[in-house]
Amino acid sequence: MTDNRFVNRSELIGILVLAVFLVVVLPLTLDVFRLNLVAKYLTYAFVALGLVICWGYGGILSLGQGVFFGLGGYCMAMFLKLEASSVENTKIQSTPGIPDFMDWNQITALPLFWKPFNSLTFTIAAIILVPGIFALIIGTAMFKRRVGGTYFAIITQAVAAILTILIVGQQGYTGGINGMTDLRTLKGWDIRPDHAKVVLYFFEVGCLFVCIMIAQFVRHSKLGRILVAMREKEDRVRFSGYSVANFKIFAFCIAAVFAAIGGAMFALNVGFMSPSFVGIVPSIEMVIYTAVGGRLSILGAIYGTLLVNFAKTSLSETFPELWLFGLGGLFIAVVLAFPNGLAGIWGDYVQPRIDRLISSRKPKPEGWTDGSVADGAPAE
Amino acid sequence: MSDETNKGLLSPLRRKLLMGMAAIPAVTMLPRASFAQAPATSAVNTTGLAVTDTEVTVGILHSATGTMAISETGSIEAEKLAIEQINAAGGVLGRKIKFIQEDGASDWPTFAEKAKKLLVNDKVAAIMGCWTSASRKAVLPVVEQYNGMLYYPTFYEGLEQSKNVIYTGQEATQQILAGLNWIAKEKGAKSFFFIGSDYIWPRTSNKIARKHVENVLKGKVVGEEYYPLGNTQFNSVINKIKLTKPDVIFTDVVGGSNVAFYKQLKAAGIDLSKQALLTISVTEDEIDGIGGENIAGAYACMKYFQSLDNANNKAFVPAFKKMWGEKTVIGDVTQAAYLGPWLWKLTVEKAGSFDVDKIAAASPGVEFKGAPEGYVRIHENHHLWSKTRVGRAKLDGQFELIYETADLVEPDPFPKGYQ
Repeated sequence: MTDNRFVNRSELIGILVLAVFLVVVLPLTLDVFRLNLVAKYLTYAFVALGLVICWGYGGILSLGQGVFFGLGGYCMAMFLKLEASSVENTKIQSTPGIPDFMDWNQITALPLFWKPFNSLTFTIAAIILVPGIFALIIGTAMFKRRVGGTYFAIITQAVAAILTILIVGQQGYTGGINGMTDLRTLKGWDIRPDHAKVVLYFFEVGCLFVCIMIAQFVRHSKLGRILVAMREKEDRVRFSGYSVANFKIFAFCIAAVFAAIGGAMFALNVGFMSPSFVGIVPSIEMVIYTAVGGRLSILGAIYGTLLVNFAKTSLSETFPELWLFGLGGLFIAVVLAFPNGLAGIWGDYVQPRIDRLISSRKPKPEGWTDGSVADGAPAE
Repeated sequence: MSDETNKGLLSPLRRKLLMGMAAIPAVTMLPRASFAQAPATSAVNTTGLAVTDTEVTVGILHSATGTMAISETGSIEAEKLAIEQINAAGGVLGRKIKFIQEDGASDWPTFAEKAKKLLVNDKVAAIMGCWTSASRKAVLPVVEQYNGMLYYPTFYEGLEQSKNVIYTGQEATQQILAGLNWIAKEKGAKSFFFIGSDYIWPRTSNKIARKHVENVLKGKVVGEEYYPLGNTQFNSVINKIKLTKPDVIFTDVVGGSNVAFYKQLKAAGIDLSKQALLTISVTEDEIDGIGGENIAGAYACMKYFQSLDNANNKAFVPAFKKMWGEKTVIGDVTQAAYLGPWLWKLTVEKAGSFDVDKIAAASPGVEFKGAPEGYVRIHENHHLWSKTRVGRAKLDGQFELIYETADLVEPDPFPKGYQ
């Protein structure tokens, strides 16, 4: 049990394989349009990654991750929208220089809370801090009172519903149900052409690996072990003198910040943000990505997100009227046949064969990987 | 997708044909025969769109799934009917129209993604699509960036004009003003109560209606209320209506909320044969859900009703029912969606080219005499000149035409004095 090593050998190989897949294979085989779609899928991978820590390890099921995805995305979109609403771009409006949807709603001056978003530095700080602090508040209010499990999940759903209604209702300030569309430039750099999409893709993949490393670190640190212990027997951890609430709040905040980074990446890559990512349905969808990938596996969550979204796109392109049934069938099949998701398939079927293959060549097998003990712990 | 598999099958086939002596005349004759009818592809398609010697591909982009499917299905059906009819009549510039249908899934980002797919991957010559303003707003930057052509069927709030969009529905002033004028004159209405769903179209429409009521008709707006999309509790607003006793209830409540609204109105004892109600959001499609008995007597203001009595419509309605079933109803937007492929065909023929720039430039002035609503023409601002009509809902779910403007109404997406 080495605490200082946060990536063991088999995990390192897994991360390298993912890196080669995302950095070399996909950009070489896909055209820019499909690559941009992958960039969109990967924004959800940030959320799934957060859910692995929060739900997989901490046992805290949050059905409201869309809230944080949305907050991060809206922060980014506000900055981009302000830049796109320069006086010359908006001269046909009654009040030039403010975002178009404000003009449609008879708002004549930029609201005070929009003003700081003229600064990119402030925006980046806000993308991390706004959702982080919001999660801290929700987490403190819930976990300090020992609200957990199903009740917590329901409350996060309620928060998602409330935020959606707020955004839709305050359309003069938020763009309402249309969202913020037509985002164009980042500090004068056009984010719409093909070469910009490629640059943004690599930037996003870079950020994703930073988050993967943070997740790995959390998982292998003492903190990660406490999270697992808490999930399995909360009272025992509490009786041992740990403050269970603080650890839960931390896991929830990390998941929130990851989701927010994903949201910001979404606004950049897709070029708009709308309340349809904030509500209950997208939040549940994000949990499904994690479930399909395997909620105990950091890399599984990323493959799960890619697989589900790829299936969604290709099924809907091939069967525009029936695709939802196909997707539903896929979910049911995965959950019934492989309760641990893609990572479960890998761990149960593929990995042992590879190990056998290696050990048949090398008569002296190396010690079992450290992580597999914690990973293999069955969930009730 | 099927294209690729076709190619795979064709090439060995072609090789075999070339090897056989007997096949040589056939191979050389076939393309010549089709060239004789239609202009060469290289001449009518200079920007790499999906146009071959025999086919041209367009996209259909609506929600076939999700909450909007109930409204958008009619548009999909109308567009498919128009494409089939155009093909039966010889196609466009000698080419059959092939369509690729994509599902927007009632989700605005998906609309943007699919629009991009249609333009970038499939190189479609035009897209017939979108329904809600939100989906159009999401798709607009995409069609502008990749220089596509969108035919948008819904009546909408205006405040928009694009080289890359033809708006085949009415913009807000076109739809509303004539209706308000009529009801003010006919019913002597002075006080109005506005009820809408809370998003951009009802808010903008009511803003225009309020300016018109206050500045032109010299009337009064006694109440203006908005409810979230999907809301089903209208009791408080119905109480306010009972207190303020407006001459006219003016509504732009959309979608499923309508069912609750009209049922609760009836339950509260408001009799629409005595209380005037003017809606700009209920078409025959919505009455299907509301039930004719709940809405009979209400007035609707738009440009098309299924019951219109003209030769074009008498051919259109049976053709639609033959293709999609006796029970289907045809609302305003469905008819406007039917115009899309036809207007595109006429414009392509006028321009003599599939190139988007040439179509955008040739669009103003294009006339369609076969429209079920009657003659329409494209304005310089890419909206349609069309008549505005007022209908009265009947028990059987159809509208009875009460009034129509004498002339075509000019589209004015940026109305002066109404903003």
